[in-house]
Amino acid sequence: MATNETIQMIPDFLNGLLGNEIGFVAWTLLKIVCIVAPIMGAVAYATLAERKVIGYMQIRIGPNRVGPFGLLQPVADGVKLLLKEIITPSASSKGLFFLAPIWVLVPALAAWAVVPFYPGFVLADLNVGLLYVMAITSIGVYGVILAGWASNSKYAFLGAMRAAAQVVSYELAMGFALVGVMMVSSSLNMTEIVAKQAGAYGLASWNLLPLLPLFVVYFISGVAETNRAPFDVVEGESEIVAGHMIEYSGMSFALFFLAEYANMWLIAAMASVMFLGGWLSPFPETWPILGAPSFLWWVAKVAFMMFCFLWFRATFPRYRYDQLMRLGWKIFIPVTLVWIIVVAAWMQTPFSLWN
Amino acid sequence: MTLALFYIFAAVLVFGALRVITAKNPVHAVLWLILSFFTSACLWILLKAEFLAVSLVVIYVGAVMVLFLFVVMMLDLNFEELRKGFWKFFPVAAVVAAIMLVEMILVLTNRYAQIPGAQLVETGPTVRELGLQIYTTYFLPFQLSAVLLLVGMIAAIGLTIRKRKNTKYQQPGEQIAVKAADRVRVLKMDAEARLEAPQPKPADDQQAQG
Repeated sequence: MATNETIQMIPDFLNGLLGNEIGFVAWTLLKIVCIVAPIMGAVAYATLAERKVIGYMQIRIGPNRVGPFGLLQPVADGVKLLLKEIITPSASSKGLFFLAPIWVLVPALAAWAVVPFYPGFVLADLNVGLLYVMAITSIGVYGVILAGWASNSKYAFLGAMRAAAQVVSYELAMGFALVGVMMVSSSLNMTEIVAKQAGAYGLASWNLLPLLPLFVVYFISGVAETNRAPFDVVEGESEIVAGHMIEYSGMSFALFFLAEYANMWLIAAMASVMFLGGWLSPFPETWPILGAPSFLWWVAKVAFMMFCFLWFRATFPRYRYDQLMRLGWKIFIPVTLVWIIVVAAWMQTPFSLWN
Repeated sequence: MTLALFYIFAAVLVFGALRVITAKNPVHAVLWLILSFFTSACLWILLKAEFLAVSLVVIYVGAVMVLFLFVVMMLDLNFEELRKGFWKFFPVAAVVAAIMLVEMILVLTNRYAQIPGAQLVETGPTVRELGLQIYTTYFLPFQLSAVLLLVGMIAAIGLTIRKRKNTKYQQPGEQIAVKAADRVRVLKMDAEARLEAPQPKPADDQQAQG
């Protein structure tokens, strides 16, 4: 492909200019910028999209004052948060208090290292890509717990406790859902997982239909992992005001929100890579233009999953805490276990789809 | 490059491990322990054991330490009280440590107890190799360790479960099965003729306002 050769010229040029070792680091840094910059843009505009989408669902207009159609609203919000004073509670644990928001944001961005955008377009094509994502995203919960503890506030601490219990519980269901994907793809490499979903029938060849229960469990657990409505008891404003974020202000507060939206995009991207066939077309391969795999399909799927996050928030009332725990432990985990056994048995029969 | 990375990770690991036992605040100690786990995972990646490294992070950093931190944060510790007996117990601890040190030196330097160094085997993806080995050659030990873990889990649940008489539980089944007819009684009433409301006198009105 001509574009691949054009892109290959950049690392060659860097290697020639800086030597192999530094050239490699420079090329990697360049790739990181190329991934993180669009993500941050997507995160900023996800806040606007959320307000607009929920606005229209509630027959309102949403933000429309700053710029045409309110398109500059995220910029205005960012500037406002940057200029605000950062307040430190006097009895807080200072170092950890400012470490916590960073600790939430960094894993949310670091996990993107293994997400493939198109064959070959991935920062680190790890053999254990799927496990890496699980490992990195599980680190993010420390930020929330530390924020609650370092703030030295009862509300924040309660929020942190809830967050820890909820995230740890739903991680199990999520992990089991991913076990099903690992089984049918017989790989942990995310590019291979997508490649395995290619087939003559388009949408019917994806993991979506055979693993439908796992997909549903994965996505709902993803909503719970990111502490989004209807699972946002972590910050339940009617009970504990804003949970772990209550003592934060200005940019340190904004970092929590950046992390939340970055995590939402990550869950959407993971769902589209593992169940919705990534860059593969939903139409049969034989169709002229629509059947071809494209980066645009990936974008469309991720955007749709992101829309689902907003749709859920506008639709469902918040779960009660005991119902939330019951859903995670008593419904999702058994469902995933049963479906893993069904798939395992299915793979041994002549009707197996994955040979 | 690898050597430089090894020394960086090793230095961080040793420093983190030291801070675990010297940190004054238990929460800080737990955080240093997390750093130590994470750094050892990095060291394993240098050994090309990516599956082990990632599982270390998933299991220890992602799950075990979260619960550990959870518990340590909730404890109401008096740090002065904790450090009180330090010098009293120091001689005993020092003797134990010295004996352990001598034993380790004996084992590691004795030429009769030479442990063969780990061999780096060039294979394909380690996860696949590991899976093949576990489910063929080492099937029985693997299943035994699984049973052991299961027994441990059941024992932990059995030890901590206790039923209090005055505890109230939600019964989700009953809650879902509730019908509107159980909660609200709908009465059937005949329509009644409208009564002529008595007209209040203007004088009463003024009194009421006054």
